[in-house]
Amino acid sequence: MTAKISFQGVGKTFSSRGRQLSALEDITFEVRRGEFLALVGPSGCGKSTLLDLLAGLSAPTTGEILVDGAPVTGPGLDRGVVFQQYALLPWRTAQANVEFGLEAKGVARRERADRARHFLDLVGLSGFGDRYPHELSGGMKQRVAIARSLAFDPDVLLMDEPFAALDAQTRDSLQDELLRIWERTNKTILFITHGIDEAVYLGQRVAVMTSRPGRIKKIIDIPLGSRTETEDLRSDPTFARYRHEIWTLLRDEVVKAQAQEHAADHWGTAGERRPRWHGLARSRPPRRGRRPGPAPTSDHQEAGVD
Amino acid sequence: MTSTAYSTRADTTTATVDSSPDESAPFAGDAGPFRRRRPVALVGAVAQRTAAIAALLAVWETFPRLNLVDPTFLPPLSQVIEAWWTLATTGQLAQHVEASLARSLSGFGLAILVAVPLGLLIGWYRPVATLLNPLLEVFRNTAALALLPVFVLILGLGETSKIAIILYGCAWPILLNTISGVRTVDPLLVKSARSLGLSPLRLFGKVVLPAAVPTIFTGIRLAGAYSILILIAAELVGAKAGLGYLITYAQFNFDVPDMYAGIITISAIGLVINQLLVLLEHRFSSWRTS
Repeated sequence: MTAKISFQGVGKTFSSRGRQLSALEDITFEVRRGEFLALVGPSGCGKSTLLDLLAGLSAPTTGEILVDGAPVTGPGLDRGVVFQQYALLPWRTAQANVEFGLEAKGVARRERADRARHFLDLVGLSGFGDRYPHELSGGMKQRVAIARSLAFDPDVLLMDEPFAALDAQTRDSLQDELLRIWERTNKTILFITHGIDEAVYLGQRVAVMTSRPGRIKKIIDIPLGSRTETEDLRSDPTFARYRHEIWTLLRDEVVKAQAQEHAADHWGTAGERRPRWHGLARSRPPRRGRRPGPAPTSDHQEAGVD
Repeated sequence: MTSTAYSTRADTTTATVDSSPDESAPFAGDAGPFRRRRPVALVGAVAQRTAAIAALLAVWETFPRLNLVDPTFLPPLSQVIEAWWTLATTGQLAQHVEASLARSLSGFGLAILVAVPLGLLIGWYRPVATLLNPLLEVFRNTAALALLPVFVLILGLGETSKIAIILYGCAWPILLNTISGVRTVDPLLVKSARSLGLSPLRLFGKVVLPAAVPTIFTGIRLAGAYSILILIAAELVGAKAGLGYLITYAQFNFDVPDMYAGIITISAIGLVINQLLVLLEHRFSSWRTS
């Protein structure tokens, strides 16, 4: 098998308030043609940044990404992105949403309708074409989003935690559907998740990322064969072994990530990420009361004095 | 006398305009279940909705008759309706309504033509926003009617100044809502469209503009109400026809029933315009429900 996607020494640095934050460092790995590769990592390790780079939505600071040997210079219809929050246009019906990508591709109107219907059928939504997103359940919305990405026939499907917002049962059935679709369409899929079970269940290989700055820690082969032919694969002892192996790899990273967050909290180096600050502030007793005098005006000042 | 008449009119108009958007919104949403109710319940619901209006009309008819208020300044409703009927049958009313609507709709229409494109420009292009924002802040905080004398000075007493002041007043809610509509488009939708390789212009046409339509329409609906409010003020100065003119002229000549007839007509027009715009708004933003 040949490399469909190739990351070569890719790094991404964000600068914020004069500080440099390294999100990704020296990412080098390949995704084979027609492969289903799952990517797991602790939260905040730069998984989504990596996907943005591959989608061409932002440019890497160092290194380059090749698709079919050609460097990625921007978004393109050879790669389809499926987002966790569906990103459906709420004023369009399911059918018209699937047609959206085809409009971008410049497909003729008649053919657009036919193809949209075909792909809605493929994701099991026959007869739901005239529904608006707000009339569909979360699982159905994600099916529409998948149909939309498949319809313009990209070689590569980039999926950013697509099932994370769904309930367990819907998630299980969509995982099976995705595998079925993948087997039928021969797409190359890069699937980002924070679920270990999901990664082992879906991926032919699972890439484990380190905590920030994100690197590829290890890529593990999961030679479990066709998932759709085995019944209840998740309770197979081999499945459990892989699951445990990845769990061990990730645990160290999660511990490190938490230590990072803690240190950052203490020294104020995590000031770039406001939400995290507030999250931590809620789970701890207020620190303001410790110091006499006027209340500090910002978290930064406070951390500085500390 | 002047002050009583003026404040009554002002109160009626503002009350109508202020309450109508809030009341019409839940009403539009209720329309479905409303229709499915049993006839008895339906009658009850209708009674509930019209009770306050009926009470007001009853008070208007009886209080002057019982001399609880001076009938010279507030004639009973039946006399006002009589006066209204005379105005309507002699064709005078139509002439005033026509003059008023022409001004109001031209100002309103021009405001849409000017403010929507300008708002899209300001909302979409950051440099334009940075350039124009300070200016916008100054003018949006200046009451439109405070500028009426300026408009009259520069554009004269004729139609131009009247339409211009209505245009000016109506432009603000449309402009501000359009800007915010463009700015508050879900970034994920933009990101998703960008990932499809859409050019900025097509992205704007296919994602940003449709996403902003409901917010723009809210601005247009508000502007519809403003167009009537400002119209009346504009017609108080140097007009020879129009409902504002009818009201002041009647007051000046002590034709108190005619004055009230004018007031009723203007509030009815305000209500109708608002209802039409609410329907239109609802049609364009049905996807936003739930």
